[in-house]
Amino acid sequence: MIDDNTVKHVANLAKIEVDEDEIQEFRRDFERIIEFFNRLDEIDPDVEPTYNVIPLKNIMRKDEPGQTLERDRVLANAKFKENGYFKGPRVVE
Amino acid sequence: MITVREWRERLSEERAYDLIAELIEKARKNRYNSFITVTEEMALKQAEEYDRGERGGKLAGIPVAIKDNISTQGIRTTCASKMLENYIPPFDAHVVEKLKQEGAVIIGKTNMDEFGMGTTTETSYFGAVKNPKDDERVAGGSSGGSASAISGDETVLALGTDTGGSIRCPSSFTGIYGLKPTYGLVSRYGLIAYANSLEQIGPMASSIDDLGLLLEVIAGKDERDSTNSGRSFKYSPAEKKFRVGIIKEMNADERVQEVFDDFVSKISKFVEVEEVSLPSLTYALPAYYVIAMSEASSNLARYDGVRYGFALDSLDSWTNYFSRVRKEGFGKEVKRRIMMGSYALSAGYYGKYYLKALKVRTLVLQDFLKAFERFDILLSPTMPSTAFKIGELADPVTMYMADINTTPINLAGLPALSMPAGEVKGLPAGVQVIGRHFEENILLGFARMVERNEV
Repeated sequence: MIDDNTVKHVANLAKIEVDEDEIQEFRRDFERIIEFFNRLDEIDPDVEPTYNVIPLKNIMRKDEPGQTLERDRVLANAKFKENGYFKGPRVVE
Repeated sequence: MITVREWRERLSEERAYDLIAELIEKARKNRYNSFITVTEEMALKQAEEYDRGERGGKLAGIPVAIKDNISTQGIRTTCASKMLENYIPPFDAHVVEKLKQEGAVIIGKTNMDEFGMGTTTETSYFGAVKNPKDDERVAGGSSGGSASAISGDETVLALGTDTGGSIRCPSSFTGIYGLKPTYGLVSRYGLIAYANSLEQIGPMASSIDDLGLLLEVIAGKDERDSTNSGRSFKYSPAEKKFRVGIIKEMNADERVQEVFDDFVSKISKFVEVEEVSLPSLTYALPAYYVIAMSEASSNLARYDGVRYGFALDSLDSWTNYFSRVRKEGFGKEVKRRIMMGSYALSAGYYGKYYLKALKVRTLVLQDFLKAFERFDILLSPTMPSTAFKIGELADPVTMYMADINTTPINLAGLPALSMPAGEVKGLPAGVQVIGRHFEENILLGFARMVERNEV
C-alpha cells in the first residue's frame, strides 16, 4: 500500500531529502506504522474532537509594546547573516 | 539516591562548593552517559554564592539537572540532536527562571531521545543512556539522562518532560519517582516543542516530598504560554480514605504484573480497591501516535538551517537547502515521525487519521472522567516490562507498544506519577498513580501514604 512514490511524496512534503537506498527502509517502516494507525478504522466515534483538554478561551496578551531580544542576540545562532538580517537561500534563480 | 533532606544535612556540615564539586566530578565521568553538558562553571559559582549566604529560596544549594530540551540562557541546549548541537538559547525557560529564583544549583543538561522521540534514550545523537541498575540496559526515555542522574547519585533533583510517558517510563526503569503534571500547570515557555497539546515539564526525584517541592517551584502562572492554566501549586499532600481503581485495560508482562498485583494486595489492607474498565483505551495508543506525529511534523518545520541550528557550508538554492539541512540534521526516528505526521495531515488522510484520533481522545477523556466519579486514584503498572537491553527494540512499532500504559494520560491531560513498587531480578518496576486534573496533592498524598506504609 506504500510504494516508493509515496515515500518520495511524503519526504517532499516534510522537506527531508532521502537517498534511493533509504527509500526501501522508510517504506517498510511506514507500512508497519500505517498498519498500526489503521487500528483506528475499527471505530467511528460520534463525538466532537478534542484539541485541548483544558478548556481555555482566547488567551491573549495585552496589546502593549514590550521589550524584545536585542538584534545581535537574535542573530547569534545564525551562520549566514548580512547587515543585521538573516540570510536565506536564493528563492528566484 | 540522595533526597533533599539528606543533601541539606550534608550542607549543614560541609561547604556547598565542595559538595557540588564532588557531584560535578561524577557528572563529568558520565558513567551512564546521563549528561550532554555539565555546567561546571555556573554550578560552582552558584555554590559559592550559597556558601556566602547569597543564595536563598526553597531550593537553596540543591543540585538540579535539566533535560536538554529546556532552554537555558547561554548554555547550549541540544534536544540530543545534531540539528541543535551548537544551539545556545538567548533566554531561559520559565522553569529555569523559577529554579534560579529559588536558589537551585544547576549542574547540567541531561541526555534524552532526540527531540523526546523515543522510549529508551537510544535515539540520542550523543549515544544511549545506561541504566545505573544494570549498565547493559537502557534507562528508559525520553528523559533517560535525568532518571539515570538521580538513580546514579549524580544529582538530587531533575527536570524531565513527558509527552507520552517520557518522565514516567525512565522513572519506572531506574527505580525513582517522576511526575507528569496536569496539562497547563507548568509553563512550557522555553521548552523546545515536540507535541504541544500533550507535553508537560515535570519533576523527577528520589522521594514523594521532593517531587512535591520541585513541582511547587516550577508550577504557576506564565503569560508567555497561552495554554498555561494560571494556577499555582502548593505542596500539601492529601490525607484521606482514598478510593482506588485498578484499570483493567492496563497490564504488564507476567513478572511485572506479579509485582503490581502484590502492590495492590498490600495497599488493599488500608484503602478500598476495585477494578474499573475504560474501554476506549484499546484505541488510545494509535490515536496518541497520530496526534504526536502530526504535531511534530508541524513543530519541527521550524528547523530550516537559516535562523539557528545545523547549517550547510553554503546556502545553495531554496529547493535544495532546507531538504539537505533536514536530511543531515535529523536522526532516523525524528525523520520517521515528521514524515508520518505529514502523511497523516496530508490531503485525503486528515479525516481518516488526525480527526479520528482527536475523537478517540474525547472518548478517552470521557472514560477517565467517568471513572473519577467513583475513584480518587487510578492505578496501573507504569510500563509493561522492566528495562530493555540496549539495542533490543530495533523495530519502531515495537518501541511504540511500550508506551501503552502511559500515553492515555497525556491524551486526557491528567496528572500521573510513577513510583517504585518492587523489582524483577534486580530491575525496578514502577506503579503509575493517576489523578483528576489539578489534583496533584491527592496523587502525592496517596503515594506518600504508600511510601510511609513501606508497601
